[in-house]
Amino acid sequence: MAELTGTGEPTRATLEALTAARVLGAPVAVVLGVPGAAAGAAAELARFGAGRVLVGESAELDAALAGPRVDVLARLVADRAPAAVVVPASAEGREVAARLAVRTGSGFLTDVVGFAADGSATQLAFGGTTVVRARVTTGTPVHAWRAASLTPVPAPVDPVVEQVPVELSVTAREARVVRRVAGPAAGRPALTEASVVVAVGRGVTTAAELAAVEELADALGAAIGATRAAVDAGSCPPSCLVGQSGARVSPRLYVAVGISGAAQHWSGVRAAQTVVAVNSDPDAPVFALADFGVVGDVATVVPALTAQITAARA
Amino acid sequence: MHSVVLVKQVPDPTGDRRLDRGDATVARDDADAVVGPLDLHALEAALTLREAGGGTVTALTVGPPRAAGALRQALATGADQAVHVVDSALHGACAPQTSAVLAAALRRVGFDLVLCGAASSDGRLGVMAALLGERLGVPHLSGLRALAVTGTTVTGERQTEDGWWELAAELPAVVSTHVLPDPPRRRTVAGIRAAQHRSVTTLTLADLGIDPATVGLAAATSRVVTADAGPARTPGRTGDPAELVRFLADRALV
Repeated sequence: MAELTGTGEPTRATLEALTAARVLGAPVAVVLGVPGAAAGAAAELARFGAGRVLVGESAELDAALAGPRVDVLARLVADRAPAAVVVPASAEGREVAARLAVRTGSGFLTDVVGFAADGSATQLAFGGTTVVRARVTTGTPVHAWRAASLTPVPAPVDPVVEQVPVELSVTAREARVVRRVAGPAAGRPALTEASVVVAVGRGVTTAAELAAVEELADALGAAIGATRAAVDAGSCPPSCLVGQSGARVSPRLYVAVGISGAAQHWSGVRAAQTVVAVNSDPDAPVFALADFGVVGDVATVVPALTAQITAARA
Repeated sequence: MHSVVLVKQVPDPTGDRRLDRGDATVARDDADAVVGPLDLHALEAALTLREAGGGTVTALTVGPPRAAGALRQALATGADQAVHVVDSALHGACAPQTSAVLAAALRRVGFDLVLCGAASSDGRLGVMAALLGERLGVPHLSGLRALAVTGTTVTGERQTEDGWWELAAELPAVVSTHVLPDPPRRRTVAGIRAAQHRSVTTLTLADLGIDPATVGLAAATSRVVTADAGPARTPGRTGDPAELVRFLADRALV
């Protein structure tokens, strides 16, 4: 199941899932959306190996959540007997995966980061501290793919585009979206999809320090994350929260600024490939968790970093 | 209105957590057990709704005998009654199985609104509301940061990565709550005393009409093939900003 960005492109997680799923067989992409929104993504899906793109469009999908997607996928599972269904593990994708598994009498796995040709999947558990290889033993395996787990690799094919019907017969007992409100994060990558995350903690307090962190984030093309302390202090909106009660991220690079390294926050960071930390306290636990640390004041170190990165790229 | 809050006793997320060497289920014996942190927000939401509109709050859990501690904590925090589904056949139950057991228990105790935390801190699937919505044939709203009930409609705000959505559904419904604006209330001494007089109703799989052979590790819909410790981090080094940028450049990160 493909997911689309606000501008109609397949999300990075979708392209990753297509890349990974090729080991299981020739992937078929299912893309659902309001009329005109879904068909445009077919070319990009085919560039990453989707030989067949099934397009379902309905004006009512705008107000719908997981329900119609589950209906369409359940019908496809019954009609076409796929080897597996792979769904990006976004908040909505996980719900689709879970409900599809119940509807089809199948098992499902979440936070999948890889597949083997025998159909088994690799998952990360406990924030990346445990690597699990698991297998669905019942029905048609449903996998929720964890974003930022690999680099999408193109494998262009000429796609067959096919329309599939979308029925909204069950909406009476489904939740509906009343309205969608854009937040302040516009222009930056989504936190759980980002390949670079710059996060702030208790040690970032002034407006100038926050502005410096935002400049660093933009220089790196990063999403901005935050600890519970930073959210509670009003430095960042709750949507930035990383950790036990917020998002789990899995970027290639995590930059922890003014973050002590408490376990509640770090449980959301463990899957990051490379971690660097900036903190004024040389005894902060974060330095034991980071691959590279800079001891110093946020107000001086962060602007210096931004300048060095910009210079390195020039 | 009858609200049912799902509480789960989990290994203390601030301690070390691991999978059991024998059967690759979450090791629950040696870890300190606490009520899931997000479950406390769900309980808080239910208690706030009761204060505004009256009704009853029931705490429900599925788990081993020691999970009764989670129900005691919920009662001491303000829940009116508690239901514990406990059966040795449940060991190793996967999420779809657990949702089937919870759905059967919810049908048994009845509900207008089911509330749970947006994710448990051990399994972290974050899909129980969706699983229960599917099983019970009722709407589900997940990851709410605020919710309200007006008449027979539940509305809520769902935080998304690029803003937030306002969602609505008709009762009966299942909702999961993310972190709510205010910290959840805690047990009080008076609450702990009052809770001692409230009984916990215990249900077995037989009480719910569920065949024990259909749940538990042997019947799980997925199984763990191998579980290994993740790659260990080598101790990092420190340096100045220029050295950090060279470090990043060496790894093709800038």
